[in-house]
Amino acid sequence: MDMASLSSTLLFVAFVAYLIATFLFGGAVKSSNSKTTKSFERWGKLAITVTILGFIANLGYFITRWIAAGHAPVSNLFEFTTAFGMMVVGAFILIYFIYKTPALGLFALPIGIIIIAYASMFPTEITPLIPALKSYWLTIHVITAAMGEAILAISAVAGFIYLLKNIDLTKKSKERFWIEAVMFVLVLVIGFIVATVSFSLADYKAEYSYISKDETQHNIEYTMPALFGMNESVALTKGAFEPLVEMPPIVNAKKLTTVIWTILFGTVIYILLRLILRKRIASVLQPLTKKSNSQLMDEIGYRAVLIGFPVFTLGALIFAMIWAHEAWSRFWGWDPKEVWALITFLFYAVFLHLRLSKGWDGKRSAWIALIGFIIIMFNLIAVNLIIAGLHSYA
Amino acid sequence: MDKIVCACGNVNPAGTELCESCGRPLNKETNDKKIVDMRYEGSARRSQTYNKTIIDKVWNFFSSVKVGMWIIVAILVAAAIGTILPQVFYVPATTETDIAAYYERIYGWFGTMYYKLGLSDLYSSWWFQGLVGMLGISLVIASLDRVIPLYKSLKKQQTKRHISFLKRQRIIGMDQANVTEESLLKAEQKLKELKYNVKRDGNAILAERGRFSRWGPYVNHLGLILFLFGVMLRALPGFYVDETMWLREGETLYVPETDGYFLESKEFIYETYSKEESKEVYGEAIDRVGTIAKNYQTDVALYKGPEGSIAGHTEDLSFVKEVSIQVNKPIKFDNFSVFQMDFRLDELATMTFQLQDKATQQSFGEFTIDLADPQPVYELKKGYKVEVMDYYADFTGFEEGVPQSQSPLPNNPAFLIKMYSPEFPKGETSFVMIKETVEPLGENKHKIAFQSVETRDVSGLTVRKDLTLPLLALGGLIFMIGVAQGAYWNHRRIWIQLLEDGQTVVAAHTNKNWLSVKRDLDKVTEVAHLPKYLDQQDIDSLEEKVDKEEGV
Ligand code: HEM
Repeated sequence: MDMASLSSTLLFVAFVAYLIATFLFGGAVKSSNSKTTKSFERWGKLAITVTILGFIANLGYFITRWIAAGHAPVSNLFEFTTAFGMMVVGAFILIYFIYKTPALGLFALPIGIIIIAYASMFPTEITPLIPALKSYWLTIHVITAAMGEAILAISAVAGFIYLLKNIDLTKKSKERFWIEAVMFVLVLVIGFIVATVSFSLADYKAEYSYISKDETQHNIEYTMPALFGMNESVALTKGAFEPLVEMPPIVNAKKLTTVIWTILFGTVIYILLRLILRKRIASVLQPLTKKSNSQLMDEIGYRAVLIGFPVFTLGALIFAMIWAHEAWSRFWGWDPKEVWALITFLFYAVFLHLRLSKGWDGKRSAWIALIGFIIIMFNLIAVNLIIAGLHSYA
Repeated sequence: MDKIVCACGNVNPAGTELCESCGRPLNKETNDKKIVDMRYEGSARRSQTYNKTIIDKVWNFFSSVKVGMWIIVAILVAAAIGTILPQVFYVPATTETDIAAYYERIYGWFGTMYYKLGLSDLYSSWWFQGLVGMLGISLVIASLDRVIPLYKSLKKQQTKRHISFLKRQRIIGMDQANVTEESLLKAEQKLKELKYNVKRDGNAILAERGRFSRWGPYVNHLGLILFLFGVMLRALPGFYVDETMWLREGETLYVPETDGYFLESKEFIYETYSKEESKEVYGEAIDRVGTIAKNYQTDVALYKGPEGSIAGHTEDLSFVKEVSIQVNKPIKFDNFSVFQMDFRLDELATMTFQLQDKATQQSFGEFTIDLADPQPVYELKKGYKVEVMDYYADFTGFEEGVPQSQSPLPNNPAFLIKMYSPEFPKGETSFVMIKETVEPLGENKHKIAFQSVETRDVSGLTVRKDLTLPLLALGGLIFMIGVAQGAYWNHRRIWIQLLEDGQTVVAAHTNKNWLSVKRDLDKVTEVAHLPKYLDQQDIDSLEEKVDKEEGV
């Protein structure tokens, strides 16, 4: 087996291990009360062992792909997002050894799993480096930044558990609405994965020509039935789906189509879940958090930011500036990706100040941690896909 | 305002909440609190003490964390708005009208609004820079307001604290336990093992660890201030250079703003990945995307002219070095770096023509025009010559009979030429363009016939000097040290006291990471048989207590 396919296999192994570990953590959480400490410890030990094995396979993926490609596998959206998913698991393992809380694993691992699954929806082939990316600073900058973001993400997971546990889901409230909204967004990500996989299994492809905003003609290939057409689009593939609405040139109708399919699939899945479970998703998950200690979750939420913030700053701002100075002659250029890294930095700075000086803890702190994660994901994904700049890989 | 004398005899500055020495609450408000605010040790901060003059008010405004956070949030939101549409410096237009038209054409009414509101150049707007300035002021004032009193009171603190101070700590235990001198010694021992600094005063122990982490925020703020200061310095002349130069193959040009440096381009190289020679794993990507760039490179020679030499004077240059400038590998000299930023392939370099008889196509000689430096006259066979009266490098057409050139780049060269021959000693006029000729002053006998072109590549280079970099790097380094100092260490204190009435008190405080200090305390309690402690803020453990009491 050559390196590249060994690498894919290892990633798959890691993926499966994380799935199994999630269920094991579920077992640990269910059994954790004072009478069953023994069994709790057994489940917990098993769960973290499987997680670590998975993580080693995941590292194996990273290293073998590095060898196969000849450069660190962080140079396109698939690679970067996968690395981020891996680091979320890594950050969880780190925090687990400080605080020994299985509930954290029960929620952190699925986040890692979803991120890796999401990553695999992008083209997964190994790409050669364009000149701007040929620098060891790329490796240092991206890996450190992703590590920082992953540790910060654990803060959001802890915040999420805190909120699930402490929000009264029996009464109508803003909190109840928003925590369910968070669940809905997670289901949307699953919707995206299901939509992409379904259409690719059905081998759907259709090519259109269109006129771009600089008034030249281009071709574009859709992998989902075109709900929206590009400007003055003409189908080139026989029998291609006729777009329902045509978009003006500044809108990328292909991406819009993907978004709408995602929402359609996600919403259908969400409604089905609600019908089957006959409960809000948050209410289904809430019992899993009953036994976690709020004080501890609150502390983990803060500690994760304290650990992650310096790492993030070093990777996403300082190393980024050093590299930008070598590659683009200026250490700062107000490129959207740079700006969003700065926004993330400022946001977590505010988090730390509110916490330390204004005593914002508990629910407020948990919500802020969740919003922080949304900002990180926005920078990771949306800025690449929506706002095109120097950094856009896709 | 008056100084406050505490019952223990210590004289505290006005505004102090907890006696710097023994910790007694000094006013009613503090006295009423169940858990005391330990952030600044209850010391007297200027902002909390004075509020009379204008200076007081400004000081208090900027030292407030609430205000500081609003400033940061404002910067954050503004920064986000600036990413909705590309900023002007990413827009392919230079004049104001072109830029406005660009936003209108590409983004419609929204683009026009964005442009009109000045959001298209948001980061250099006065109000955005004003916000950043306010952030800087806030950082300075907020830090000074806190760090000085904090430093004083941490220095002055006594080992023996008053019971009213200990009782108001978040972690507190008090009991009639039989704690003897021996267990105090054991506790001391254990605390030392746990890397605490232990002080003893009679029956009181103060164990302290990681006090330096309390300075973390101030160190990191100092780093930020230095960084912002460095950014400001760039506005001063001499600190910062940002120039571009287009350098053609074979050309030697003065490097703008430098002290007599010249660059000669030997060759520009543009490479793409080919499926054959690159790693086989890339094949799939190349198939999907098409060409992928591999390298942009300009091979240059660097020369230094004599003192004070300037543009255009390429004599007496002494060779310095030969380098390949690549993306990510600038050439560096004398505080300057020159970067590979852009290129144009196959720019016209020379054009070769013949002077011919229109009817017979007989040639009277050939001449080559260097488009970067056209000669006024080209002498041909005896009696024949060609005069270049005017040169339009980037010809776009005639406007009211006058030829127009939109740029000095030879994208579409055109010439106004006079052809001299024995038959026409006064010359015939011809307007020569690529593929076409116009005879503005009537039918000619001769013509200029195009023969061939030579092209060359042009490198787009950026010339940069930034003397503020060392300051920025220093600021960044100090910031990182400060953040790590405050985030990865914490300031823990444990007080143990045997009271006169036989009771034992333990209390603990940490500025963050309460779990660790509790773990430490557990270890000490175990060896020294100290009283059980309570976390007065732990809702769950309090609830659990209630649960147990209620027998649930
Ligand atoms: C980009 C701007 C800023 C950054 C990155 C920053 C960073 C930090 C960090 C990392 C901490 C330590 C927090 C912790 O350990 O939880 C801190 C503390 C603090 N910062 Fe800032 N800060 C910034 C701006 C400001 C501003 C504008 C103010 C002014 C009001 C301010 C006032 C404070 C105060 C009062 C503390 C707590 C100090 C203490 O309790 O000893 N900071 N800052």
